[in-house]
Amino acid sequence: MFAYIGYFLILLALLNITLMVISRPLLAGQKSEYDSLILSTSKLQFPLVLSSFVCLAVSFVLDDFSLRYISSNSNSALPYYYKISATWAGHEGSMLLWCLILSLWMFLASVYSKTLDPDFRRTFLTIMGLLNIGFLAFLVFTSNPFERNLSVPIDGKDLNPLLQDFGLIIHPPMLYMGYVGLSVVFAFALTCCIYQEFKKEWARWIRPWALMSWAFLTLGIALGSWWAYYELGWGGWWFWDPVENASFMPWLVTTALIHSLIICEQKSMFKNWTIILAIFAFTLSILGTFLVRSGILISVHSFANDPARGAFILIFLALILGISLMIYMRNSSKMHDPFSFKLVSKESFFLINNILLVTATFTILLGTIYPLVLDLLGLEKISVGTPYYNAVFLPIMTPLVLLAGYIPIYVFFRNNQNQKLITYFFISIFIVALFTLISGFITSSPNIFVLLGLFIFFWISINLTFFIYRRYKDLRSFNFLLKNSGMLLAHFGLAVFVLGATIVENKKIEREEIIQLGDTVKLKDYEFTFSDLEEFEGPNYKSVRAEFIVVKDGSPESVLYPEKRLYFSSDMPMTEAGISPGFTRDLYITLGNVVSDTKWSVRIYHKPLIRLIWLGALLMVIGAILSIIFRRNEKLARG
Amino acid sequence: MFVSTILILISLLFVLFIQTFSDNLLFYRSPTQIKAGNIPDGYVFRVGGVVLENSIVRYEETTKIDFIITDFSNDLNITYTGILPDLFREGQGVVMRGKINNDGIFVAEEVLAKHDETYMPPELTDSLQINESEIERTSKSIR
Repeated sequence: MFAYIGYFLILLALLNITLMVISRPLLAGQKSEYDSLILSTSKLQFPLVLSSFVCLAVSFVLDDFSLRYISSNSNSALPYYYKISATWAGHEGSMLLWCLILSLWMFLASVYSKTLDPDFRRTFLTIMGLLNIGFLAFLVFTSNPFERNLSVPIDGKDLNPLLQDFGLIIHPPMLYMGYVGLSVVFAFALTCCIYQEFKKEWARWIRPWALMSWAFLTLGIALGSWWAYYELGWGGWWFWDPVENASFMPWLVTTALIHSLIICEQKSMFKNWTIILAIFAFTLSILGTFLVRSGILISVHSFANDPARGAFILIFLALILGISLMIYMRNSSKMHDPFSFKLVSKESFFLINNILLVTATFTILLGTIYPLVLDLLGLEKISVGTPYYNAVFLPIMTPLVLLAGYIPIYVFFRNNQNQKLITYFFISIFIVALFTLISGFITSSPNIFVLLGLFIFFWISINLTFFIYRRYKDLRSFNFLLKNSGMLLAHFGLAVFVLGATIVENKKIEREEIIQLGDTVKLKDYEFTFSDLEEFEGPNYKSVRAEFIVVKDGSPESVLYPEKRLYFSSDMPMTEAGISPGFTRDLYITLGNVVSDTKWSVRIYHKPLIRLIWLGALLMVIGAILSIIFRRNEKLARG
Repeated sequence: MFVSTILILISLLFVLFIQTFSDNLLFYRSPTQIKAGNIPDGYVFRVGGVVLENSIVRYEETTKIDFIITDFSNDLNITYTGILPDLFREGQGVVMRGKINNDGIFVAEEVLAKHDETYMPPELTDSLQINESEIERTSKSIR
């Protein structure tokens, strides 16, 4: 019943948006009627797709196994909250979620675009509409979640146990909010291109949208990393898996974009460059979807393999990229885009920032795409591993994060105060080096990378502190803090992230042990005692749960409960890590394999400062939100 | 002068980059290719196959394990010390990273078996030339 309504609504949505786009040439003469039509259709789209999405979720809760998508992604024994989240756990449902979010962004874009020129606004919304048609057609023709089973199975196959988890409930919606939010920026940039102009106030209008997408992307990636950490049982937080790369590439380009938009807004420069970035940010998002969803990659994510889908996305991607680049090339030379600034200036620093970010993106793109191309040509089967990314990323990212601490304070020395700049430079380096050495001393046996991480952390933090001090000295009030809070917090978040990542990667202790019930293992100052082993039954699985009592220097620290689960419906074993989270360290145990009745192989990890990785990401997200709320005062921003 | 310095610097960086890239490629080989002597020498590489029935040998008091993988025309002996993934079992498709030692045994540093019981790594499906029914059979034997 609900499935029929849902399918009907999604077809209605496709009709609605098609009407919006084709009415542009038909109603070209009657501006006012066309205006009201384009606004009402673009606003109607969201409730239509939302109702369809709710219908699918309700069908999941009601166990409507006559739908193929539900019978292969749900099971009657599944708890109701996982039934709801299973709505977007598979390919078809996640494409419906994609369409839902796309229609939500279009809804918001049509509500908040009143200040734009009417003509500009129409073109902008029409491009959004075209994107909607593309993705809805993809959904309806290749990935229909409302498709019926030929014969209704008694029970569903179940949701993959890895995905029965809180992290999965929120990770995809957040990531998709970011991916699809870039469609607004993309459509806007393309419209600018068509009008051969990128006015300051346009840059001002679009920046919050780019920041919003960036915040969602950051949150989505961080949630994915957190989920992989506690759910996959390897204790890693980033694997350079092609699926992760697919989300990291748009993030890097969007980071470049939100910086180049500042120059667009303040100096009326970098216009062409910003448009290119917007086009690439969105096409990389679609490429990410293609890589993840076509089944071309070896990954947890590619459960469903269907060449038709891959071909559709690839053609759609080629069309979007081809058409937008064609529009760009026809119009870019006619846009007034001055490119003149001093060798050492705010603009040149932003340019370096952008070049580094784009270079980083290309190195990831190469590592992700090159193996696929070789394989398609039948030449060789290869994969590009972690050592490549580590080796390439260090030299690219080090100057980038150093700039993040330096650019904010550069503005104080702009007016020919070269002498002061050099003095400040040496004093600050000295203080940063001092802090680094002292804290390096406290860290037992630091290596060069730990020192580098500490240096970067202090470099950014101390420069930002100086920034606050100088601003306060100039203005004698803390009002500026509101306006700069976003930048300060986001850059500090980066420092926190770098600190966490370098410390955990260089100082972590990982050990594999065979341990008998009652025995104790010592790791650093911690003693882990395997104190109990019991079996119990969950809602749709049975589990063996171990108890480890952790004692540090003679006093009890915490108790860990790692589990090994067996899910009934799929007969799949699953490892649940036992984690004792902490600001300074995580203790992490997973059960490996049974050696004998009371003897298990286990992994025991000590992960110092790993929480800083996600804390840093969270600070960046809050920073982006603050910059949207306290829109920067132009006069202040000019320094 | 300035421009040529920058050009030299950029090309130097590019050469370094290509060097890093090609040093860190992992090649994939099937047991048949290895038997034919097609081994990237000295390098760590990846092999894949299906774990042969009754081939698993475990050792007391360690996590060491020996087993044989097959691509249904040739076999390869594997040894590994460490914790195995949850889905490692006889009849399951696995991919391993490691080196061949002098005795022709593959010493695995890492064993991958992905989280789906009907999952076959794409490399494996190609090198095995498995048809639908054979995938069906292997996945049934797992259950």
